[in-house]
Amino acid sequence: MPRVLLIEDDPSVREGVELGLRRRGHEVRAAATGEAGLVALAEFRPDLLLLDLMLPGMNGVQVCRQVRERSQLPIIMLTARGDDFDVVIGLEAGADDYIVKPARTEVIEARIRAVLRRLDDVGPGRQAIEVHGELAVDRVGLTVSKAGRPLALAPSELKLLLHLSAAPEQVFSRQQLLEHVWEHSYHADARLVDACVARLRGKIEDEPRSPRYVQTLRGFGYRFGPL
Amino acid sequence: MSPGRPRRVRAFGLRTRLLLAFLLVAAVSAGTTAALTYREARSALLQTAQDTAVTSFRDQVQQTGFALPVQGGEDLEQLLRDIARRGKPHPWVVFAEYGSMRASSGENPVSTVITPELRRRALANPHGSFERVVKDGVPYLTIAMPMVFKTSPDSLLPSGLVLYAVMRMTDEQVNVDALLMAARDGALPGLAVALIPGLMAARSVLRPVRELRRAARSMGSGRLDTRIPVRGSDELADLARTFNEAAGELERSVKELREAEARARRFASDVSHELRTPLAGMLAVTEVLDEDADALDADTARAVRLVSAETGKLAVLVEDLMEISRFDARAAELNADEVDVAEAIRKTLSNRHWTDDRVRTELPDGIRARLDPRRFDIVVANLVGNALRHGGAPVTVRLRTEARSPGTPVLITEIADSGPGIRPEVLPHVFDRFFKADAARTRSAGSGLGLAITQENVRLHDGTIRAGNLPGAGAVFTVEIPLHAEGAGG
Repeated sequence: MPRVLLIEDDPSVREGVELGLRRRGHEVRAAATGEAGLVALAEFRPDLLLLDLMLPGMNGVQVCRQVRERSQLPIIMLTARGDDFDVVIGLEAGADDYIVKPARTEVIEARIRAVLRRLDDVGPGRQAIEVHGELAVDRVGLTVSKAGRPLALAPSELKLLLHLSAAPEQVFSRQQLLEHVWEHSYHADARLVDACVARLRGKIEDEPRSPRYVQTLRGFGYRFGPL
Repeated sequence: MSPGRPRRVRAFGLRTRLLLAFLLVAAVSAGTTAALTYREARSALLQTAQDTAVTSFRDQVQQTGFALPVQGGEDLEQLLRDIARRGKPHPWVVFAEYGSMRASSGENPVSTVITPELRRRALANPHGSFERVVKDGVPYLTIAMPMVFKTSPDSLLPSGLVLYAVMRMTDEQVNVDALLMAARDGALPGLAVALIPGLMAARSVLRPVRELRRAARSMGSGRLDTRIPVRGSDELADLARTFNEAAGELERSVKELREAEARARRFASDVSHELRTPLAGMLAVTEVLDEDADALDADTARAVRLVSAETGKLAVLVEDLMEISRFDARAAELNADEVDVAEAIRKTLSNRHWTDDRVRTELPDGIRARLDPRRFDIVVANLVGNALRHGGAPVTVRLRTEARSPGTPVLITEIADSGPGIRPEVLPHVFDRFFKADAARTRSAGSGLGLAITQENVRLHDGTIRAGNLPGAGAVFTVEIPLHAEGAGG
């Protein structure tokens, strides 16, 4: 079962979520502040970070940025506000998904599983390593390198790239990407896709403003290539 | 005024009317003065000339002795020429008429100027009479003087001889003409000059009116701090002052209202937000309660399940309250995307497991519209959910587009149920917040905000939503959203 680190300042939420997830078999460590969370991160080595956005002292966005600088640990934002501003800030800082409080444990767990699930659609006869321009995508080792240099992609970015590059030149709508990459079964926030695309472009494109690999089709969605 | 509305062109604006009234007054006063002056001067001028002439002629005639009965011939003509020479103020031509005898001091023995009217009056009035005659554009004064015998101090006897004097009044006419010219030349520039104060007066009256109009328009467009500069202390200044006071009052009340509204919104938002955190903790453990309830004794199990269920409802209510306060604070954004509408509706239905025969669909493929998929999902899910809960299966979801003669075509989504329909007295209130169609039902399954949120979501799409009843039975909700498929953005 996945090891989850929960950073949440409110005791009742912290205990509730911890209790709920532990009952479902997760190993949970909880921290009350961002600073304590970063310390616990080093020794607990979780598989996933559940991060409250509003924290005393160091806030969730800052914690998220710091974690992203060092690792590709999956991060899910827990936000008390579903307000557009917070969601976008959190996503831009590198979160893979977000959950609006209050949420049932089953929703939290489903999101955790979705973020942790690997894209195993290597498919028969497909080579383990595909080369697209300067990008080399290893579908088995789940690594991506550009011109021989390995890229540090967050889980959602990697999943998005794997999904798009599995069918080059095919256009996917935001809705389709939400369902396949994030596994959101209802009409969720399309800006989740846009923010992730923007982050991915920042890492793989030579010129993120005129993208070569992940292209936008106005009114329809995104596609990989043509190169 | 909005630039699109054409301004009605009036033939007589306020300025024109003011100016015309001013000119009319000026014209009437100048004209009357000129006319009266002219008339008085003219009659004084003519009267003097004519009185002098009449008196002079009478004197001449009386001083001249006529031997009666009058003998025609050279003597008489000589006599007449003597009288004519002494004419005052101008020389005149003297005619004598006696029976059938005619004589004159001029070339013709009979004058063409003397009228039969004067002849008749000459016989009737022994003191003589006169008449002004205009012939061929030349004015003449004609005087008739009958010769009489004084039989006693108060009795006169006509002799039958009548003397006529005909005098051209050319000089007087020139003077009168000059007078007319002077009157006209005085009045016309007066009128022209009156135009300037007229314009100025019109301007001074119209400027405050125009300022008032501008200020009223500015107030109407929402700038409540609009004020008019107060000049002077006349009625127009009073008007400006009154306007300013009214504007101040209005601004103050609007400000108070807005503050109250903002406070109410902030309160709702704060309450929802504060409720959220404890709910987050509670909701995370409700499953624990539900799972363990089976192992508890009956009463405790009921209590635990009740708490769990109510926590869920509370979470929905708080969520809806947050959403409503976002709409009220205008913080709700439209994240529009071009979507296949039929596909979107199908997904909404299947995600909520409304795939059995309780929900029928008539969804033509290929309709693409710019929508916020999340909000449209909420709209459809809410209406179908309501129809199933309050109306009755089967529920029909119908999609179509309709061209509107002015403006863009619209996307029409109809959700009809097979229930008893909505009571007419309830219809206007179905979109009200927390409105309960059935007063006895204290709490519905939803938050009571569902339709209000649905309406806000439709409005955010610049659309409209209507509730009504089908001719047979059953309620129908119609959502109309402008179809902006062409300007699709990514």
